[in-house]
Amino acid sequence: MSSTPSGEILNSYRTGPDAQGRFGKFGGRFVAETLMPLILELEKEYEAAKADPAFREELDYYLEHYVGRPSPLYFAERLTEMVRADVPEGKGAKIYFKRDELNHTGAHKINNCIGQILLARRMGKTRIIAETGAGQHGVATATVCARFGLPCIVYMGATDVERQKPNVFRMKLLGAEVRPVTSGAATLKDAMNDALRDWVTNVEDTFYIIGTAAGPHPYPQLVRDFQSVIGIEAKAQMKAAEGRLPDVIMACIGGGSNAIGLFHPFLDDRDVEIIGVEAAGHGIDTDKHAASLTGGRAGVLHGNRTYLLQSDDGQILDAHSISAGLDYPGIGPEHSWLHETGRVKYVSATDDEALQAFQTCCAQEGIIPALEPSHALARAIEKAGQMDRDQILLLNMCGRGDKDIFTVADALGKDI
Amino acid sequence: MSSSPSRITARFETLKAENRAAFIPFIMAGDPDYDTSLDLMKQLPAAGADLIELGICFTDPMADGPAIQAAGLRALAAGQTLKKTLQMVREFRKEDDATPIILMGYYNPVYSMGVDNFLAEAKDAGVDGLIVVDLPPEEDEELCLPAGKTGLDFIRLATPTTDDKRLPSVVKNTSGFVYYVSVAGITGGATGANDTVSSAVGRLKAASGLPVAVGFGVKTPERAAEIARTADAVVVGSALIEALAGALEKDQNSRDKITSAVTSLAKSLADAAHSAR
Repeated sequence: MSSTPSGEILNSYRTGPDAQGRFGKFGGRFVAETLMPLILELEKEYEAAKADPAFREELDYYLEHYVGRPSPLYFAERLTEMVRADVPEGKGAKIYFKRDELNHTGAHKINNCIGQILLARRMGKTRIIAETGAGQHGVATATVCARFGLPCIVYMGATDVERQKPNVFRMKLLGAEVRPVTSGAATLKDAMNDALRDWVTNVEDTFYIIGTAAGPHPYPQLVRDFQSVIGIEAKAQMKAAEGRLPDVIMACIGGGSNAIGLFHPFLDDRDVEIIGVEAAGHGIDTDKHAASLTGGRAGVLHGNRTYLLQSDDGQILDAHSISAGLDYPGIGPEHSWLHETGRVKYVSATDDEALQAFQTCCAQEGIIPALEPSHALARAIEKAGQMDRDQILLLNMCGRGDKDIFTVADALGKDI
Repeated sequence: MSSSPSRITARFETLKAENRAAFIPFIMAGDPDYDTSLDLMKQLPAAGADLIELGICFTDPMADGPAIQAAGLRALAAGQTLKKTLQMVREFRKEDDATPIILMGYYNPVYSMGVDNFLAEAKDAGVDGLIVVDLPPEEDEELCLPAGKTGLDFIRLATPTTDDKRLPSVVKNTSGFVYYVSVAGITGGATGANDTVSSAVGRLKAASGLPVAVGFGVKTPERAAEIARTADAVVVGSALIEALAGALEKDQNSRDKITSAVTSLAKSLADAAHSAR
């Protein structure tokens, strides 16, 4: 048992959300009336699907045969040795990776997309929309739409369309229509605004596959549940490999879907320290970062109450991160709650630290990580060095870095 | 709550006695700048506005089309804040104590100011009602119920997707009037078919016992007149803002040309709405 800042004793951290879709004061259903009936229907359909063994069976089938699950648990031996070489005798925890970058489409995003498209089919929806920042969620959505033969429209900030051309082409190859968004700052939050505008206009036939554990209830819950396969597998794999749970688990956080997927099954294992890593961009003390928990405050956007980067007047600020996938001014509401209860510790890593970790991982492990988990890796290398040698640190390697090589080359001043 | 009827209720009673529909223009506070916007607001009653909807600018207006999005960005670029919007209402009230003012926007700027603080300031400034797009009945405890206690009307949006099962909860804590969004979509887009709109108006009136205003996609005097035959009020926003944007593009330094572009369109819409029955 532990206590929240308000002194409340919690028996479990895994019971949320409540009937109003809240995690403490976070979450909720802050949407236009037009969307409310649909959101209530989605909640009902999701509850029914959860209770239906046929849905579970279908989901498991696609996760195994299409996505390629379970993803391996991997002991990063050379990285561990590298850390141990620089720290005092007896220090330097064993570092494990949960290899979700080996999934079909190269990231954890598809775990959720498979789940949501099966829900869309149950609900008889015939048109799929999605928002995307870096394009990973867009590619995953376009992929499942191709697989199930549904038309797919992906909203993507015009700025991101320009800097993520390979993913734009991938989506087009998969048959999706990519709509560049020029409103606002033309990045991920604006893509989400335009996706919501599309949804409100085509509410009868359209299903919105939200890519992160945010948005109006029940999205934060269902995205978390679909991503929890990461943590459930990791727990079993860790017991098989080491006969016990890890001492520390870590993941990067933009909206926070890979992190909540890893964390949630571990929340009630009180001996496991849980650390989320936000993107500090050029630094938390600058105006160019994406660390909502560290540098923001509670507000309401995109259907939920959560921590947001915002001005004194409640205007949403543009986020910055070298990693387009973390470049969002908000965060999933459950993370806001876990932050305030203290169950999860949230730290951050800068662009430069992530770039350094990216290169270290390439050189030590022969794994090109996405820039997103490179943020978590930067803090993990540091953390492992402070831990004892007989301890274990598990990091979610949530995406591969093929998509990032142009960004990295640019940041390092290299021509490809 | 005060015992005298609210400005909104009083205004609709007068309109009912005169057997005419209300014309409600929407403008974005601070668009294109504070002074022009205040000037324009002051001229709206003479142009036929029976009530005024004043937009609170927000960076992420998820229910708005391109025209109102752009208006909000112009206002933000000119330094508009929620505090300045309340100040505009105070200035307006110095000269006009009868025209009801409804603030319309999104929840975050209000939440950021603090609900209690905002409600006290809004009441003091002379605001009469609130329309907050992203607060459905499920979130009534956030602002709707506290607003009612302060004596401000919380005006609910009902939409084509509001079915009979939801309708009672949608109208439950609504006061002043009900705003019918004539089409499932964003502002400035298509408008609902005439027969669908008039049957929805009847349904809403019966369920709420309140006047019903119709908006979203109303752009021409002809369409305003059609709606005014059955609805208690017609709301026009995007068309007026497009007129403002057009004038701004031609001559951004002439405040008179900008305000008169809006008021002349407002006048033709108001005349159509007022003479429809």
